[in-house]
Amino acid sequence: MSMNPQGRPTAPIETDPVKNGPTHTGNKALQIEEKLIFEIGDFHGTGVDFAQPKGLSPRLGGLARKDAIGLPGLSEPQAMRHYVRLSQKNYAIDMGPFPLGSCTMKHNPRLNEKMARLAGFADIHPLQPVSTVQGALELIDILAMWLKEITGMPAVAMSPKAGAHGELCGMMAIKAALKARGEADARRRVLAPESSHGTNPATAAQCGFTVDDIPADKTGRVDIKAFKAMLGPDVAAIMVTNPNTGGLFERDIKEMADLVHEAGGYFYCDGANLNAIMGKVKPGDLGIDAMHINLHKTFSTPHGGGGPGAGPTVLSEALAAYAPVPYVVARGKEFELVEKRSQGAETSFGRMTAFHGQMGMFVRALSFMMSHGIDGLKQAAEDAVLNANYVLARLQAEMSPAFPGFCMHEALFDDAFLKGTGVETIDFAKAMIDEGYHPMTMYFPLIVHGAMLIEPTESESKEELDQFCDALLALAREAKAGKADKFKAAPVLAPRRRLDETAAARKPVLRWMPPAQ
Amino acid sequence: MRYLPLNPSDRAEMQNVIGIDSIDDLFADVPKEALNPVFDLPNHQSEMAVERALGEMAQKNVSGGQGPFFVGAGAYRHHVPAVVDHIIQRSEFLTSYTPYQPEIAQGTLQYLFEFQTQVAALTGMDVANASMYDGSTACAEAALMARRVTRKNRVVISGGLHPHYASVTRCNSELIGDEVVLTPANIKGDEDLIAMIDDQTSCVIVQNPDVFGHIRDLTPIAEAAHEKGALLIAVFTEAVCLGALQSPGAMGADIVVGEGQSIGNSLNFGGPYVGLFATRQKFIRHMPGRLCGQTKDAEGKRGFVLTLSTREQHIRRDKATSNICTNSGLCALAFTIHMSLLGEKGLRTMAALSHEAACDAADALSALPGVELLNDNFFNEFTLRLPNNAEQVVEDLAGKGVLGGVPGGRLWPEQDDLHNLLLVAATEMTRTEHIRKFVTALREVL
Repeated sequence: MSMNPQGRPTAPIETDPVKNGPTHTGNKALQIEEKLIFEIGDFHGTGVDFAQPKGLSPRLGGLARKDAIGLPGLSEPQAMRHYVRLSQKNYAIDMGPFPLGSCTMKHNPRLNEKMARLAGFADIHPLQPVSTVQGALELIDILAMWLKEITGMPAVAMSPKAGAHGELCGMMAIKAALKARGEADARRRVLAPESSHGTNPATAAQCGFTVDDIPADKTGRVDIKAFKAMLGPDVAAIMVTNPNTGGLFERDIKEMADLVHEAGGYFYCDGANLNAIMGKVKPGDLGIDAMHINLHKTFSTPHGGGGPGAGPTVLSEALAAYAPVPYVVARGKEFELVEKRSQGAETSFGRMTAFHGQMGMFVRALSFMMSHGIDGLKQAAEDAVLNANYVLARLQAEMSPAFPGFCMHEALFDDAFLKGTGVETIDFAKAMIDEGYHPMTMYFPLIVHGAMLIEPTESESKEELDQFCDALLALAREAKAGKADKFKAAPVLAPRRRLDETAAARKPVLRWMPPAQ
Repeated sequence: MRYLPLNPSDRAEMQNVIGIDSIDDLFADVPKEALNPVFDLPNHQSEMAVERALGEMAQKNVSGGQGPFFVGAGAYRHHVPAVVDHIIQRSEFLTSYTPYQPEIAQGTLQYLFEFQTQVAALTGMDVANASMYDGSTACAEAALMARRVTRKNRVVISGGLHPHYASVTRCNSELIGDEVVLTPANIKGDEDLIAMIDDQTSCVIVQNPDVFGHIRDLTPIAEAAHEKGALLIAVFTEAVCLGALQSPGAMGADIVVGEGQSIGNSLNFGGPYVGLFATRQKFIRHMPGRLCGQTKDAEGKRGFVLTLSTREQHIRRDKATSNICTNSGLCALAFTIHMSLLGEKGLRTMAALSHEAACDAADALSALPGVELLNDNFFNEFTLRLPNNAEQVVEDLAGKGVLGGVPGGRLWPEQDDLHNLLLVAATEMTRTEHIRKFVTALREVL
């Protein structure tokens, strides 16, 4: 027990923190204001000790740097404190629920981190002789086997660096397949539901396709009649997320696959929501041709504040021949790395990245999969779906579900319950911050007014979910009780109040500049 | 299962609240014949068992620290201070998401602002984005950006560009109908790029130092490009060179892209890495990727937000500047922390030590009979011409515990005339006795 200097335990005294005003430092106890490194560091200093260079005359072709760089060097304690203080201004999964729909913010096991840091994985070079990296190639091969078996697909391209990069890979393979059929010019249209992730149309456009939106039906799924009417000899592919971005399983998915195949197109499935169905359904059984797998969602590699991700992309027989190089092939107990066309990759569409993909993420993902096993992955999918439906069931009392019925791994609400309160979705989200939660995904998918998309994942306990639901129900009641002002002001307890994003975009300040002399 | 908090009674209670008898009631929309298939995969394992299995795979690899190491060509083995790996494993950085809610993501946003400032300063450019997947995809995105800026569609690629970067760029640019002019591998660093720039050229892409290690003045190429309305895209694969060489910005580059792995990040067998992307102020609305900007909060306090997102896919969909959704956040953090420790002073020293180690290695290796040094100048990587196929030599060297560089055949498999070349890289980690061992081993295997 900690004692005060008088030897008596401390006891709280009643005061009014608001009346006392802000602190002299701007700090709030554990929340410490922190300047930029450029404002605290020594521009002539360094926090790294090196041996003294010998002073050889440089052989830099007369192009040695003449101008100053202008970057400070912080001592180790300064750097440590700086970044620890910054870290304390972030919300994180390890602190509480992070219910961002479509993002699958699940627990990141630390065993994965330990494994990825083994020298045999972290300290090997992508261009070392293949004979010196057999264990790395074995790991890639085993992970590929897991991914193929889980998705029920015959091939997988491992090199894509993120989900959107995987989409690009899949669409590039489709483009290559169409080219091989002599139909690349005839088939330039891609169909994607209006509820799709923004990356889908952006990827299609990056491949030179035009994109048409498929409307949703009243249940939030693809309108199959409208879809049928849109198909034709100019359609290259459809891009459909399943479960979709409303957290619903596309019931007609097999029919959609059959229809697009009959029309001569391909089926790209956005695998962002694989977490709902891993171990329960093999997407390959539903007739898809390509699907990226976000290792950073479904298989728990850390999101890291926005990357790095990893987006291996499974491919059907129709597309496998066009997969990008490099890839791993097992020959008996030896592993070969196919890097050139003459090694049997004659029809490959080319290369997506300098090396073999996100090895560090491969190690983490395989560590996660082996730990869970197929029984654990299936249980995780069921728990993720159970958790989402529990939240949906409990929140219905005060909030308005966007669509009737059960959901898969995420529960979608609209802002009907806020109608007439003066509170909007963003205000509701910001009020959650003061309650200690990261908000859900807001205003997505676009087909639902004021959308709030909640994905709890399998990592939340019932107790945590109950607290979360209690908090949201209380906020909803408060909104309806006319306390709009509170919501408009929120957050008031976070390290920052609402930030002026309009000003930031109007006159962008994208870097620190030294103060004018 | 140690990662799942729900127990059987929780599940039963929750099913009651939801009003279902069986979990599969929630999967009713799945076609019956597709639900609960059989998988040929093992069941769950203990932490100890997984650790053992993965550890065995790791042990089959020869890691960089086990002996003399001279492999480069796009990834470099530098020392990373212990602080870096400690901080990037803090929960608040490791397990946070893209900072879409800036009030509770100032930690991420502030370091991205610092990162952007560091990258802009290093490259001699006005602004940098919050990072890309890696150097090669940054290069491909730069070519796409040049197309948007110039509204022209002919991409000229130097024969000194890393062939994998060239492949990635070509793959992306041809997809939207650009003409890609790939010059043959230029082992002397003396190609006439200026002659290849015409009125339809959107950009000319030049790596400096080039993949063979040659350093060149980009100024005349920049001037020629600008005269024809094209952009100069300057590429580097070794970020540490920026501590020793004239910055690409000072030589007139319009877009600078490169691999940031060598600052703060391990080799990781090729990923994850961190792509650096910098350009001129006037082009910012054409940039791909995320940008962090400074602003104020409701109380007037300085804060940071993601900005100019109207360029991005989640707002603009098919009209976006790129389909990119993530950056390489944690790798960018590693870069920023390492760079914050180094400062200009430390980076210059690290660069000087790397250069000197390469000078020593080049002299010692090229003194061997039959071994020719192709470079008049270089930073920390140079090219040797060997009397025989370098791929076999590298294999033989590995047999003697030396990872002796990248053979030409690995990078240019279809070009037989380059198969005797060996690309050799050194860093501040290279020890004198390692150079000696390399020389001895090479003498034995040649």
